[in-house]
Amino acid sequence: MTFPRNSARLRIQVDGQPMRVDSGSSVAAALATRSPGNSRVSVSGEKRAAFCGMGVCHECRVLIDGHLRLACQTPCREGMRVDTVLERAGSACNAAAQDVPHPACDLLIIGAGPAGMSAALAAAPSGRAIVLVDDNAAPGGQIWRDGPGASLPAPARRLREQLARYSNITLLCDTRVVGMAGVPSQPALMLENAHHGWAQRYGTLILCTGARELLLPFPGWTLPGVTGAGGLQALVKAGVPLRGKRIVIAGTGPLLLAAARAAHQAGARVVRIAEQADWRALLRFAYRLHRWPAKAAQAAALFSPQYRTASHVLEATGDGRVQHVRLRRADGEEEIACHRLACGFGLVPNIKLGQMLGCALDAHGGLHVDDMQQTTVPGIFAAGECTGIGGNERAQVQGAQAGHAAVGELTQAARLSKDLARWQDFADALREPFALRAPLLSLARPDTLICRCEDVPQSALAPHRNWTDAKLHTRCGMGACQGRICGAATQALYGWQPSPPRHLLAPTRIDTLAAIASTSGKSFD
Amino acid sequence: MPHPSKDVLIVGAGIIGAACAHHLAGAGLSVHVVDARLKGATQAGMGHLVVMDACPAELALSSLSMHTWRQWGPRMNAADPACAYTECGTLWVATDSNDMAEAERKQARLRRHGVASTLLDAQQLADAEPLLRTGLAGALHVPGDGLVYAPNAARWLLTHAPPGVSFEAAHVGKIDGQGVVLADGSRRNAGAVVLAAGMSATHLCDDLPLTPKKGHLAITDRYPTGIRHQLVELGYMASTQQRDGAAVAFNVQPRPTGQLLIGSSRQVGQADSDIDPVLLSRMVKRAIDFLPGLSGMNLIRTWTGIRAATPDGLPLIGPHPARPGLWLALGHEGLGVTTAPATAALLTALMTNATPPLAAAPFAPSRSFDEVAP
Repeated sequence: MTFPRNSARLRIQVDGQPMRVDSGSSVAAALATRSPGNSRVSVSGEKRAAFCGMGVCHECRVLIDGHLRLACQTPCREGMRVDTVLERAGSACNAAAQDVPHPACDLLIIGAGPAGMSAALAAAPSGRAIVLVDDNAAPGGQIWRDGPGASLPAPARRLREQLARYSNITLLCDTRVVGMAGVPSQPALMLENAHHGWAQRYGTLILCTGARELLLPFPGWTLPGVTGAGGLQALVKAGVPLRGKRIVIAGTGPLLLAAARAAHQAGARVVRIAEQADWRALLRFAYRLHRWPAKAAQAAALFSPQYRTASHVLEATGDGRVQHVRLRRADGEEEIACHRLACGFGLVPNIKLGQMLGCALDAHGGLHVDDMQQTTVPGIFAAGECTGIGGNERAQVQGAQAGHAAVGELTQAARLSKDLARWQDFADALREPFALRAPLLSLARPDTLICRCEDVPQSALAPHRNWTDAKLHTRCGMGACQGRICGAATQALYGWQPSPPRHLLAPTRIDTLAAIASTSGKSFD
Repeated sequence: MPHPSKDVLIVGAGIIGAACAHHLAGAGLSVHVVDARLKGATQAGMGHLVVMDACPAELALSSLSMHTWRQWGPRMNAADPACAYTECGTLWVATDSNDMAEAERKQARLRRHGVASTLLDAQQLADAEPLLRTGLAGALHVPGDGLVYAPNAARWLLTHAPPGVSFEAAHVGKIDGQGVVLADGSRRNAGAVVLAAGMSATHLCDDLPLTPKKGHLAITDRYPTGIRHQLVELGYMASTQQRDGAAVAFNVQPRPTGQLLIGSSRQVGQADSDIDPVLLSRMVKRAIDFLPGLSGMNLIRTWTGIRAATPDGLPLIGPHPARPGLWLALGHEGLGVTTAPATAALLTALMTNATPPLAAAPFAPSRSFDEVAP
C-alpha cells in the first residue's frame, strides 16, 4: 500500500471531541496537535506521550475503537474513536471474527524493512508461498517509514514495487508477532492485526526484526515532548506537526543528524545537536568513512552548525511538558528553551523473538548467524539489524542471502558473501567511535523513573543485584512494554541481563489467545 | 570463615520457608535460611488467600491461617505496600442449580468452622460483579478471603522476623545428620533441618510422595474494570481433585494494580515450565465464558508454575518418618500461600514440643497414602 499524497482529511473523535487530521496520520500525530498532547496518565499520575515513536515503549497506548492499542503504530481511519481516558470496561469489547487470513506458508518473514523486503524478493522466484509480516502500515522498516510527513527514497520505492509483482508474496502490514502459538511438531507464531488474531504456521522462518533505539533514563525523560531521536523522525513521518518548534537533539551516532534533518524539513528549528562522542572519536570515524564514499557524502550533507561534540543531556524540565533542557558541554553547561527534546543513545538489535525461538546471540548482542544467515536453530534465518547494527546496505545484502539460503539456493547465497563483507566492515567501523562514555550511564537520580510502565525509580532498583530479582520485588519490567525500554536501559546501566520472553512478545488481545486452540492446527477435544 | 551452628536450618525461602523462619524465631530459636533463588511456586502463584474445604483438615488449616493473615496483612502493607494484602473476598460462582446446591453445602461446611459466607442469588451476583455474563445461578460470597503479592510477603516475613533469623542465597547440595552441605562444599550446621523447598525438595530427599501439577497464569494490562472480588467457578473444586490429564477452571483475580490475573489450569505430572499455547487458549476461553468483556482486553504476560502435590492433597508437615533431625513443610499444592501461617505454627509446635494449634495427624509425613494412591 502507499499513503495518499493528497490533502484528504479524515474525521476522527478524540475523547468525544471531533477532530480533522491528514489522511495517513497516525493516532499519535492526531494526539500531538492537542495541548498538552499526552496520551495516558502513568501509574504514579504523570502525563505521558509518545516516546519511542515506533511501537516499542507503549507510552502512547490509548483506547482505539474500544481496544487498547498503540497510537504511534495506528493510522487514523474515518470515524475512528480514540479515548485517552480508560472508561470502566463494559461488555463493549466484542470478539472479532475468527477467520484466519493465511494460516500456513512455506516461508514466513518477520519484518518488511530493507532486510525483509530483500529476503522476500530473493526467495520469491522459487515460487514458494511467502508471507511477509510488518507492524508498520507500509513496508520499509523504520528507516523507510512511510506516512504523510515522509518522502520515500528511490530504493525504497523500487523494492516496494518489486514486492507487488510477485503473487506468491503475501504482505501483511499493520500486523505484529505477539507470541508463540505452535506445538513442537508444527511451529507457528501468534500474529495479530486490528481485527484478527491467528496462529501463523510456517516451514522456514527469516527474522528481520530490525533494531530499536537505546533510550537511557535521565531526569525529566518521562516528560511529554521528550522522545527518541529516531522516535522523533518516526513521529514526523507519521504527521506530528513541528513547524516553528524549537528542537534539541542529543545522544550519539549518525542518527542524530538524520533526525535533525527530518525535523528541519518539517519546519522545525533545530537549536542544538549534542553528540556525546568527542571530536577525536568522530575524526577516527570520518577517516574510516572514506572506504564508503556514498556514506561519507551522506554524513557531510547532514552536517549542521548547531552540532556540538562531547556534549550530552543532563536534565529536561517543564510544567507538564518539556520546556527546557540542560546540557553538559566540554566547557561547562548550557540551558536551552525548547518544545521538544529528542534523545537517541544508539541502536540495539531486536532479538527477543529470536531468543524466544531459542536462537543464540553473538558477542555484540545480535542474533548469531552463520555464513548463510542461518541462526543456531535450524530452519530459522536472520538478517539485518537484528544480527547486529550495520545499516541499510548490509541489511539488504544479508536479507537477499537469507532469502536465497532459506529456499535452498546456496550458490546464489554464497555469491553475496564478498559484498556482505564490505558492509560488515562498515558496521565494525561504526561501533567504537560512538561507544557511550561513562557519564551517560549515571544521568539518572534516585527519583528518576527507570521503568516507565510501572514507574519504578532508580532508588528502588539500587538494592537489587540482577534483573530477575528487581523484577520480582519492584515490578520493574512488568509493564506493557515487556521490559524493552527498562531492560535495555538496566543492561547498559547495571549490566543486568533481561530474561528472554517465553510466550508473549507484546500485549496480546485475549480473543487472539482464545482463537489459538482452533487455529494452531491441534485439536484438544 | 566458619559458620556458627544454628538451632534450625531452613531450605527454601518461599512463603512456607519464610513463614516457618518467622514463627521459629518467634519461639526463640536461631534460624538460618538458605534459598537457591529458583523460581518456585511462591513466585508463580496467584497469591489468593482462600479458605478451602475439600476435607476437614484442609478447612482447619486454611481457616486457622486466615486469622493470621488478617493480622499480618496490615502490618506487611505498612512496611511495604507492594505486599498488596487486600481483603477482596471470594465469589464462588454457580452456573446452575446443581452448583447452587453445592454452594449451600459449602456454606454449611464453612459455617461449622466459623467461616462467614453469604449466598447470592442471580440478581445479587449481577449487582456485585456486573461484568459476569448473564444467566449465572448465583454465588457463595466468602468475605474474609483475600489476596497478597506472595514474593514480597515472603520477604517481609524474613526481614520483619523476630531476632535470630539469618539468610543466605545458595544451593544446598545435601542434607545430612548435622545440617547441610552447600553446592560449593561448605557446611552449614544446625540442630534440625526443615525442608521447605516445594517440588525442588525431591532433589534433596528422594522418598517424598510429591507429584508436580503444572499451572498456567495470564495477566492483563491495567484496566478500570471495577471487578472487586476474586471470581472462581464452583467447578474449580473438582478441578483441584483431578488426578490425571489437564483441567482448566475459571479463576480471575483483580490485582490492586487494576490488572486481572487469569487462571487456572492443572496438568498432573508435568514438571517442565513450558507454556502450552493450546491449554492456555482453553483457559482464557473458559474465562471469557464467564467474563465476556475480557475478550477485547490485552494480556501482557503469561507464565507457568509447578505445584507440589501429595496423593491426598494435604501438605506434609512434621518430622520425616525415617531421617532423624529432618522436618518437612511442603506439598501444599496450590494452597501454600494461604496455609503458610498455620503450617509454620504447627511445625513450630511440633519442633518445640508445644501444644499443636490444630490436629497434626492429617499432615504427618508418616501417614499412609494407600487408600488414595491411584
